[in-house]
Parts: sequence; C-alpha cells; structure tokens
Amino acid sequence: MTIAAPRRRWVKKNLFGGVWSSLVTIGLGLAIGYVAFVLIRFLATADFTILRRNLALFMVGSFPRPELWRVAVAVLILAVAAGVAGGLINASARLRAHQAGLPVPAPPGPRSLVNGFRRYWPLALLIAVCLLLTETVTPTILVLGAIGILVASSWALARLPYSRWSWSLVVALPFVAYLVLSSSGLGWDKWGGFMLNIFLTVAGILFAFPIGLSLALGRRSSLPIVRTFSVAYIELFRGVPLITLLLLGVFALRLFLPSQLNPSSVTRILVAITIFEAAYIAEVIRGGLQSLPTGQVEAASSLGLSTWKTTRLIVLPQALRATIPAMVGQFISLFKDTTLVAAVGLSDMLNTSSIATSQPEFNARGLARITLPFVALAFWAGSYTMSREARRLERRLGIGER
Amino acid sequence: MTPARPPFWRNVKVLRAVIQIIALVGVGLVVYVLFFNVTNNLRARGIRTDFEFLDQPFGVRIAGSDLSPGAPVRAALINGVKNTLALTVVGLPLLTILGVLVGVGRLSANWLVSKVATVYVEILRNLPPLLLIVFAFQGVILRLPPARSPATPFGWFVISNLETHVPGFRAGAGYAAFISAVGLALAIGAFVWWWRTRVQQETGAPHHRWAWSLGLVAVVGVIAYLVIGRPVTITLPVLTGRVVDGGFRGLGAFFAVMGALVLYTSSHVAEIVRGSIQAVPKGQTEAASALALSGFQRLRFVVLPQALRVALPPMINQYLNYVKNTSLAIVVGFAEVTLIAFQAIGNGQPAPQVIITLMAAYLMFSLVISLIINVFNRRLRVVTR
Repeated sequence: MTIAAPRRRWVKKNLFGGVWSSLVTIGLGLAIGYVAFVLIRFLATADFTILRRNLALFMVGSFPRPELWRVAVAVLILAVAAGVAGGLINASARLRAHQAGLPVPAPPGPRSLVNGFRRYWPLALLIAVCLLLTETVTPTILVLGAIGILVASSWALARLPYSRWSWSLVVALPFVAYLVLSSSGLGWDKWGGFMLNIFLTVAGILFAFPIGLSLALGRRSSLPIVRTFSVAYIELFRGVPLITLLLLGVFALRLFLPSQLNPSSVTRILVAITIFEAAYIAEVIRGGLQSLPTGQVEAASSLGLSTWKTTRLIVLPQALRATIPAMVGQFISLFKDTTLVAAVGLSDMLNTSSIATSQPEFNARGLARITLPFVALAFWAGSYTMSREARRLERRLGIGER
Repeated sequence: MTPARPPFWRNVKVLRAVIQIIALVGVGLVVYVLFFNVTNNLRARGIRTDFEFLDQPFGVRIAGSDLSPGAPVRAALINGVKNTLALTVVGLPLLTILGVLVGVGRLSANWLVSKVATVYVEILRNLPPLLLIVFAFQGVILRLPPARSPATPFGWFVISNLETHVPGFRAGAGYAAFISAVGLALAIGAFVWWWRTRVQQETGAPHHRWAWSLGLVAVVGVIAYLVIGRPVTITLPVLTGRVVDGGFRGLGAFFAVMGALVLYTSSHVAEIVRGSIQAVPKGQTEAASALALSGFQRLRFVVLPQALRVALPPMINQYLNYVKNTSLAIVVGFAEVTLIAFQAIGNGQPAPQVIITLMAAYLMFSLVISLIINVFNRRLRVVTR
C-alpha cells in the first residue's frame, strides 16, 4: 500500500491526467496490444527456413564459400582494431585526467562489459538473431572469439603506457583485414550482402573525405574562382538524388573515361558514391568551420602564422573535432543509402532478399515478409547504434570544453 | 620611405592570381577530358552526341497513363515529372502533419504518448527508405485482393493490388465560371484579412480574420454553386464487372512509395519539430503564463512562431530530401521521372544525355522548392525582427 500510492499517483498524473489524456492512453494501449499480438504471432508461426538456408548469402553475398575463412579472419582482425581503439580512448582519457590533476578513472573492469552490452544492445540483438539462425556452430565460435579478442585487446591497451603511435595500429589493421579478404583475386567486385553495404559506406566516406575537405575549404576561400567552383560542385550534387549518380556510374561512367579503362561495376558505383558524398561531407565540414570563433584565425595571424599554417594547425583541428557528430550522421545516412545499389543490380543485402525469395525452393510464396524484416533489423541495428554514439559524442564534446 | 616591394613569389596578389589560374586550368582540363572522352566514345559506338533523342519514340507503355509507346521521349519525361510532382504534392502536406503530430507527441505530458512517439521516430529514422518502399509494396500492396476481385470498403473505395480508387469530383457545366468566382472570393478574402489585421493594429479591436475571410469565401462559394447549378459533382468509384467508374484513381505503387516516404520523412520532421520547440527558452512560456495566456494561446502566439523560425531551414532540407527520395520509386515500377529515364536508357537512348536531362530536372525541382521557401523564410524574419 505504501509503495503503491506514489506509483498510483504517477499513473494518474502521467497516463490519466485528464479526459483527453485518458482516452488517448486507452486508445494507444489497445493499439500497442494489437501490434504486440501481431508481432508475437508472426514470430511464433512464421517459418524462418529461408533465412537459415541463406544466412551466408545475406552476410557476404556470393563470396566463394571455401574462402569464407577469410571473412572470419577479417572479423577477428577488425575486432582487434576495435578493441585497441577502445583501450586507447580509455588510456588517453586517463592520461589527460592525470595531467590535469583530476581524479583518474579506473581502467575498464568487469563492470564495463555490462556497460558495453547496454551501450551496444541493438548490435547485440542483431548478432543474437543471426546466431539463432545459424545451422552450424562455427559462427557462434567466431562471434565469441571476436568478442573475447575485442575485450582482451581493449583491456590490455588501457593498461599499457599510452603512446600516440599505437593509433597507427588502429589505422593499419583494417588494411590488413582488407588484404586478407581481397588477396587471391577476391577483390571487392566479388563481395556482396551486408559486407558490401558496410564496405561501400566505409570506403565511400574515406574516399569522399579529402575531396569534401578541399571543397569545404574552397567554399570558404576568399579566391572567387575557387569559391565558385566549390559552390557549383556542392550545389549540383546536393541537388540531385543519389540514384541519378548511380545510373551515371552504371551506364555512362565508362563513356567519360578513356576506352582503355574498364572499371568493374562495384568500382563504378563506388566512384558515383564518392562524387555524391563529397558534396555532403563538404557541407558537414563547412558547418564545423563556421562554428569556429573568428578570434581563432585573428589570433593565429597576429602570431604571424601563414594562411596554410593557420588552417592546418588552428582551424582544422578544432573544426574537424566539432564535425564528428555530424560526420557520424552522414555516415548513417550513407549506410542507409547503400541499399540503393540494389536498384542498379548490385547484390547488396537488400537485393539478396529478392535473390533469396526467387530461389526455386522459396519462389512465389510471399516470403519477402520474412526476409525484409531481417534486412530491416540489420540496418536498424547499425544505424541506431551509430546515432546513439553520435548523441553521446555530441554531449561529451559539448560539455567537455565549451 | 616606401617599404620595399616583396619579391613576386611572396606577393599575395600574384599568389592569389596564380592559385586561381591553376584552379581554372585544372577544372577546365578535367571538364575538357571528360567531354573529349564522352564525345569520342559515343562517336566510336555510332551514337549521336546531341539531345535529338528527346524526339525519338519512347517505345514502352507507361503504366497508369494514356501515352502511346510511340510518343517521344520528351513527352514520356514530362509525364514522369508530373508523376514526381503528384508524389510531392500529396506527400508534403501529409508528412508535415504527421511529423508535427509525432514531434509534439514526444513532448506530451502523457507518458505513453511520448514513449510511442519516441519508438516511432527511433524505428523509422533508422531504416533505409528504399527498404520501407520495397516492404510497403511487397508486404502491403501486393497482398491486397487481386484486380479481378477488388475490395470495396463502405462502397467508397475500390482497392486491389494494382490500383486504388478513392472518392473524387467531376467538373460539370459552368466549372470554369465557378472556379473563377471562388478565385475572386479568395482574392477578396485575402484583402479582407489584411484589412482586419490593420483594423486591429490601429484600434485594438479584435480582428476575427479567420471568420471574416473564410466566411466570405464560403458564402461566395455557396452562392456561386447554387447560381451556376452543380458545376462540381462528387463521384464515388463504382465497380461494374471489372471496370471502375468515377472517383480518382491511384496506382498501388504510388501509394507504396508515398506511404513509405511519408512515414520515413515524418520521423525526421518530428525530430526537427521537437528540437525547435525545445529551443524556445522556457522563460517565454513562463512569461506567457504570467500574462494569463491560455495553453493554446501560449503555443499559438508565443512558442510556435519562435519554433517555426528555428525549424524552417531543416524543414526545407527534409522537403528536398523527400523530393529526391521519390526517385526510389524506380524499384517498384512507379513511372516517375527517374524510372522513365532508366527505361529510356534501356531502350537504347544515349545514357549520358538522358542522365544529364534527368539531373537538370531534379535541380530545377530543388531550386524551385528552395526559392519558394526562401521567400517565406525572409518574410518570417522581417516580421519578427
């Protein structure tokens, strides 16, 4: 009774605060009940055989099955990279606290495992669903191994003395993973499924970044010709949908190149994505540049720094730091947009759904209602995790220094 | 003593000129190489390098249009632009209303409402729009009853997996006269609005602009309707055999694309609405309460006008995103302009020129929308500052 009273007051205040509020609560409650019923019925009665049979297809497309160990090794290497990055972030934060004379937080312990799970629960949900759909035990071992390696390397790096040079490991390891995947003629043209979506996102941002950075600086430049070109590029490619550029990449890019060059379809798509994404990244970076107080540049020129030095040492380090959350947002939006390559015939994860539903075994049975929610879960888990991280960063960057 | 002139390689003026010339030459070179390649490659394949293809026959029948396959590509593209426009005109108001409702819902005092709105936003915002469209088409539209035995709920709609008919209206005799009468009434209504606003500003008397202007338009409309004698009749779609008569028709693919994009974009709009309402300082609401304004008045006269100013620029972006995303209709076969271009390329029209035409169409679209909203934006700023 004593416990129930505040709870009842809470319910009265927050759910039945008035006639309208009560009506809305009841209506929404009924709707939620119905949706939950439909969902549970779907999960209980649907036949997920199509996902069980095609899990590898969804993840890596038509990557040759005997070579799947390459994917496993690449995942493990990326787990090391992620663990090292996490450990280094922790170590540098503690070093900074130590230097500033602030209380030094403890290095990651068993508690941080629980925190990590809470922080990345959408990804954990996706991995759990995938593991439930596996037919062999290998993927489970791989996932457990990757998590183990990630945790071990992050704990080790957080405890080792911090060195800036350790970051080179974080940069180099993904390249090693790429080499493992692509050696013996399995370049990115052979990739498909979710792997292709992730690759196109990462590569698209990486390639577009330098172009976008120069365009952003060009747009803020005082040289009229440079500025005009930058503005024209940015506004042109921000004004058209990505799919028009993908069409350009698929049907016309070859015509714009010398006839000796004959890039593969994935490469052509990647070129189109890079051209498109550079315009958006330029606008993101411009936002960061504009957030910089003019006093910074004035102070730099009063110290006698040249324009180039001012940009490199004063403007960019601060501006790029401020763009991180928006950059993550751009990353999310490209991640979602990579599904568009399905429209021009690449076998990304969305296209795999229609490949799977047209297999003779599963054809014409309306199984898109099973495969599409699975694809949706994969994209949702990725985007939602990243958007949560972006919000965290925004809060941290906002509170930290300003 | 005049200071010694710096050597030319340290002279800012010279440096600026040199950098700009380098930029000009570099970009010119890239453009030239691309142009050179494309003309050479096209010629080597025996394809024309001009825009003559616009007059070639399109060669495909467009679903949901009366255009014959022999119609020129130009006409097909214009038809596609019309379909893109239709998606936009129907979609933008719907997504605005839905987005505002959800955005305000997230700030509701009712716990359940705010939670449901949050879940709505966090789910839809993080899904690829293309996936939503495919799901809406394959998971919803294609599972409707087949075209030979459509559903007819309430006798108001005729729904099949091919197309949906909704109640519509039909123009009768004197339609033009009726429309011009209503148009005139609208113009006078606008004038009355302005007049009542001035009366209030000068004398402080209540303006009642809505009652005056809308009343005037309604009265004129009703009188014109009666005098002209049923210039407009409402028609319900009637199913006789397999033929549907009356009402307005929309393809299933149209509803799939529009529904999916409205849901997707409304989740972004909801975030904008929430953010911009929260951006209004709390003191504003408190001050409005101190002036004894009611809850509605606080929202209408204090919070929303200020929130709108914050919300407008990102809203323009969302509208433009919606327009650009209509191009995804290509995957469900709705004949908007991108699909037409895609089919034209498939029929052997020269890809570079077709795609350039397509891009120009979207650029124009984007430009027109941002122009309209910029005018509105400027007005808003002048009024408030």
